[in-house]
Amino acid sequence: MPPGQDGSKALAAQHGRTPFGAVAAPSWEAPRASAERAGPRAGEIRRVADRVLDGQRITAEEALLLHDHADVATLGRLADAVRRRRHPDRPSAEPGGAPIPAVTYIVDRNLNPTNVCITDCGFCAFYRRPGAEGEYVLERDEIYRRIQETVDLGGRQLLMQGGHHPYIKTEWWCELLRDIGERWDINCHALSAPELDHLAKLDKRPVEEVIRDLKDAGLGSVPGAGAEILVERVREIIARKKTSTERWLEVHRRVHEAGLRSSATMMFGHFETAAERVEHLARLRDLQDETGGFTAFACWNVQPEGVPDEHLYPPKTTPGVYLRVQALARIFLDNIENMQTSYVTQGLKMAQVTLRFGCNDFGGTMLEENVVSAAGCFHLEPIQEIEGVIRRAGFTPLQRNSWYGIVDPRYEGLERGPLNREEAATHRAAAGVSA
Amino acid sequence: MSVAVDDLLAQARAADLGDVAEKVFAAERLSIADGERLYATPDLHALGALANHARERWHGDLAYFNVNQHVNYTNLCNKLCRFCAFQRLPGQDGAYVWSPAECAEKIRAQLHEPVTEVHIVGGVWPKLGYDYYLDLLRAVKAARPEIHVKAFTMVELDQIAKVAGKPLEEVLPELVEAGLGSVPGGGAEVFSERVRADTYHLKISGEQWLETARKVHAAGLRSNCTMLHGHVETPAERLDHLDRLRRLQDETGGFQTYVPLSFHPENSEMADVPGPTALDELREIAVGRLMLDNIPHVKAYWILMDVPIAQLALSFGADDVDGTVVEEKIYHEAGATTPQGVQRGELIRWIRDAGRVPVERNTLYEVVWSAEPELAAAGGPARD
Repeated sequence: MPPGQDGSKALAAQHGRTPFGAVAAPSWEAPRASAERAGPRAGEIRRVADRVLDGQRITAEEALLLHDHADVATLGRLADAVRRRRHPDRPSAEPGGAPIPAVTYIVDRNLNPTNVCITDCGFCAFYRRPGAEGEYVLERDEIYRRIQETVDLGGRQLLMQGGHHPYIKTEWWCELLRDIGERWDINCHALSAPELDHLAKLDKRPVEEVIRDLKDAGLGSVPGAGAEILVERVREIIARKKTSTERWLEVHRRVHEAGLRSSATMMFGHFETAAERVEHLARLRDLQDETGGFTAFACWNVQPEGVPDEHLYPPKTTPGVYLRVQALARIFLDNIENMQTSYVTQGLKMAQVTLRFGCNDFGGTMLEENVVSAAGCFHLEPIQEIEGVIRRAGFTPLQRNSWYGIVDPRYEGLERGPLNREEAATHRAAAGVSA
Repeated sequence: MSVAVDDLLAQARAADLGDVAEKVFAAERLSIADGERLYATPDLHALGALANHARERWHGDLAYFNVNQHVNYTNLCNKLCRFCAFQRLPGQDGAYVWSPAECAEKIRAQLHEPVTEVHIVGGVWPKLGYDYYLDLLRAVKAARPEIHVKAFTMVELDQIAKVAGKPLEEVLPELVEAGLGSVPGGGAEVFSERVRADTYHLKISGEQWLETARKVHAAGLRSNCTMLHGHVETPAERLDHLDRLRRLQDETGGFQTYVPLSFHPENSEMADVPGPTALDELREIAVGRLMLDNIPHVKAYWILMDVPIAQLALSFGADDVDGTVVEEKIYHEAGATTPQGVQRGELIRWIRDAGRVPVERNTLYEVVWSAEPELAAAGGPARD
């Protein structure tokens, strides 16, 4: 690896990393809309577009063609058509009632039990090395306090993820999951693939066993974090110590086989090429063909401000690139039902736009710690704001659970979908478990 | 017809806009009734694609920006418009008037930047005499002689003629002599008398605004035009506004750019009105591009719309994103969370990532810089 500049060397040493100072981010130019329309690829793009509109699957090569040569408005139009096909208006529960064009979201809270991590990703501003200033492991009382607050507000899900702590093992998590399950009816959407992999390493046993124990203890579903870009060349640059591509996919396969659903993500806009973005999507689509276990996909561009390796990252990609990638994901991932917008990274305005560029879900409300108690969760400002943005885009906001079943008390009669992890488990996965 | 136009027609037909599309292709003027359908269609993609067609006919892939700075010389104002968070009365917190020398200082502070335009607008305050405005122009030009001064909305010009005690036709040449180069488009709000009576009844009427613009154009000055949208106006009132702008443009040809202005409710008397959403803003850009068939440019003003929406608007009918700005005050008093200025390089990056060719222009749309000078010099297909 080429030597970094002095500053990056020092910083990298401090964080226990090899610097990658001289790695250049690939350059990419957005296609020129007007020129491409008259250009040599116009016919080809149209053929691919027609296939998308016809409901056919497109190849990775075709996805790359769209990524590099279709204008963003065309991608948006195609993604919107795919979204409408996958999520047609829901029939009203009232006789003769108007169909409901729905966008879902979940009332949930982020709970990060620890920020101690030995994986040293340079794009992460959250983690602390063991013993470093600002490291924490939340006390049980504090975890309980936050859960109670979430439950009081009508929360359906705890998104629990954290650092790869060198001493916190599976048993610690199992105990926590059991204790939560005894006290509250709330789903623990917890432990991303790299964390599960980390626990398997600490336990020195297969990840299947770790997943089985966690499931027995009450784990309800698994978040899709840590995917970054599922291409080894890129992971070698940005996350050398993190779970490899093959392993990330393998862990999700095992999760699905255990009868749990998970989501998938992508973090782009750093050192990956356009072809590598498509490769990432193709890996996800292949696994989904195999297991059917992914509920949803979300993506965002790396947010390099204030992270340890900020100086090594290219400038943050502009919103136009996010929209392009998000729309392409909806078009390409024909076997993943839900697309989550990323309002946390893109802002509410852009999030509203994504509802016309392929997204059908607003993700979680991520209630903050200092949220004041309220009579019911519909009156919380962030929830009202999210609902307002959805409504004014022409959709009806519906609250969902972790498995995308509808749990909105305002719409009791609607077709609900899965209400728990057992109902949500995929057929192939269930077969795998019984075998 | 080309494949692209064929496709677009099919898309428009599916949205029940086939006849409108055919008018757009034939460069025929859209009627008010057509405009009502554009506002009503749920198919934002079909609407955007039509507007984009018109936009690319005017400008191809070119997208314009400039390196400019804003000077808001006073926030004292006697118009008491209910939508405004910038205005102050004397003695109120934050009330200010900058002297011509202080304004010149703002200009000198940016001499190290390649600024080509200063945008000067402020409140309407009768204690400011005619000399103040003349001195302001002269001071700015003295501080940076080559800078283009785009100053004073139609509302301010009306006030300046009042304090000058003579007709605007006589005032304008004197302002030009002092340094005025062109006139911005603000203060038009919505021409509807209903909305004006309710919201900004002390301001000049729509007819007066248009009459002032007519005089500005007759004096050989170019101007912009605007519409403040997303408050209490109806689509019919917006279409009436756009129609009156295009009729004046038929007559004078003096408007360079149409700028839809998004209402920002915070800190104003109308804080309970939510303001337009991102999708509303995109629609406004698209409808503006399609209705205003005789105004060359449509601007997605990033300060108001926020960068993501302004960037996307370049695919929904807009061909300009305004400039580097440096110090915007009016919309930031109204809760705008965008930065108050932006680096030239950033603007170029946004435009490139939108799939457009960035062209730095001066106020009169002469090319200052482009990575593709030949393309920029040629302009769009409509100029052939």
